[in-house]
Amino acid sequence: MPRLMRRPPIPVGSPFQLLLLAASFALAGYAGVRLLADDWFAVAVWFVGAALLHDLVLLPLYAVADRSVVRGLGAAGRREWAMYVRVPAALSGLLLLVWFPLISGMVERRYRLGTGLSPEGFLARWLLITAVLFGASALLLALRLRRATKQRPPAVH
Amino acid sequence: MTRSPSSPGFWRSPLRGPRLTSVLGVVLLGGITVLFVTGLVSYAAYNPNLSPVNDKTPDKGILGFYLFSWPTDPHWLYRLNQGVHVTLGVTLIPVLLAKLWSVIPRLFALPPARSLAHALERISLLLLVGGALFEFVTGVLNIQLDYIFPGSFYTLHFYGAWVFFAAFIVHVVLKTPMALRNLRHLREEKDDLVSPRPDPPTVSRRGALWFVGGGSLLLFATTVGQSFDGLLRRTALLAPHGGADPGSGPNGFQINKTARYAGIDAAETTEDAWHLVVTGRTGTVRLSRAQLARLPLHSAALPIACVEGWSTSDQWWLGVRLRDLAALVGYDDDPPDVLVESLQRRGAFRRAALRANQVADPRSLLALYVNGEDLSPDHGFPARIIVPAAPGVLNTKWVARMTFGDL
Repeated sequence: MPRLMRRPPIPVGSPFQLLLLAASFALAGYAGVRLLADDWFAVAVWFVGAALLHDLVLLPLYAVADRSVVRGLGAAGRREWAMYVRVPAALSGLLLLVWFPLISGMVERRYRLGTGLSPEGFLARWLLITAVLFGASALLLALRLRRATKQRPPAVH
Repeated sequence: MTRSPSSPGFWRSPLRGPRLTSVLGVVLLGGITVLFVTGLVSYAAYNPNLSPVNDKTPDKGILGFYLFSWPTDPHWLYRLNQGVHVTLGVTLIPVLLAKLWSVIPRLFALPPARSLAHALERISLLLLVGGALFEFVTGVLNIQLDYIFPGSFYTLHFYGAWVFFAAFIVHVVLKTPMALRNLRHLREEKDDLVSPRPDPPTVSRRGALWFVGGGSLLLFATTVGQSFDGLLRRTALLAPHGGADPGSGPNGFQINKTARYAGIDAAETTEDAWHLVVTGRTGTVRLSRAQLARLPLHSAALPIACVEGWSTSDQWWLGVRLRDLAALVGYDDDPPDVLVESLQRRGAFRRAALRANQVADPRSLLALYVNGEDLSPDHGFPARIIVPAAPGVLNTKWVARMTFGDL
């Protein structure tokens, strides 16, 4: 018996939290069996896959991209410019992520038939918005640099 | 060990910390609550308890506990509800992504569980994160007509919302007190989210919040216009019903499904071929379009408001009151429910039921004309239903048959 006692028991935790979680799982189960009623495997893949894809693919991808931008700028001694690249890139990427089916044209046929609208133009508009975002960022950076040059006391030169 | 994401030193951003997470969390608490409530309201707007043809989730059980007879006043009720649901959902995407980013170190934290309660909480977090992403992804795909999800949108989005909500409530109860405490304190407490060896900052935390807010603002600005007409619609640069209207003139406003999409053959809708069949207490009446046009005609200014979140401003419809049609088949003073059937070959709502209160409203019409002209084929020629405050798909187009009686 003493040998079994050596390992400390797993703590149970707050009873309030346990009750709350039990109630939550019961409700999730009630809805979950209905959610999974038709094609349980595919729905489960979408549900869990959404979390995995985000946490293990999307987030690492944009984090690595961001880090390489910051490193690259740092190597050039311009680390403080990171936001001027990050903001337009992230905003443009966000628009692409949200409106990908329309921008990529993958729903062209159904869109035209369903809405009577032209499916063309989403890609062009996204590219134009992207151009404006990067252009505005470059303009801001240029203005800031100019102001900094003007304000710099002559002694520094 | 800083190469492993389980070690705190792996995460270098100086932005992470309880304050940032708390601000984002409180925004999501408010926003997602509104999304959940407007979602439930939209579900009720279909009157799923009225008839099996309206009900895409017949095994909902107690999840339909709150259902009520959908009203017809104010006539913009569905337009507002659904505009808020979809526009707010799109707007919250950057906040959700930022919130998930802010807590990512905890996904890899060791030990995986400190107690039984903690282990269960982490399982609950899978439902929370998976559920949130599932709801946002299915919603965003559905408004772009990209039906690649495994099943009916109504079923997935509705039951998925309840699974998510179960986990959301737990998360709110467990975390809100701490989040509010974090926001009240002026100085940040150290916790597991704060990097022990942060990189030098490239942006302040305030700047990061502006960044997330800017993303939300951009999505909002390029989406909200699809709930309005004219110049405002043109500002919705990337939203599915932004930009130009499909046509010009009286029938030029936004279309949900074109006649071609619905499989309507022009030969079926000619004056000779088409008849409206009305059935009720006293039998069946067949009416040609010309006969319908000789009945007393009434007008109503009502919008088209789609579950996808877009809507039109009020259009001026002219047609026969539904309650007058009920009176033709024996319901003189007591208009009952009605089952409306369309000529359309496809579509989940080619048959739809309206409740007695909707039939009785004097603005509820079988419209023949819109904005002073005959309906166009895409807007439902020869005749369509238009009911105040009803979701777009219940305003059946290309009506062929109406069966009055308690459903």
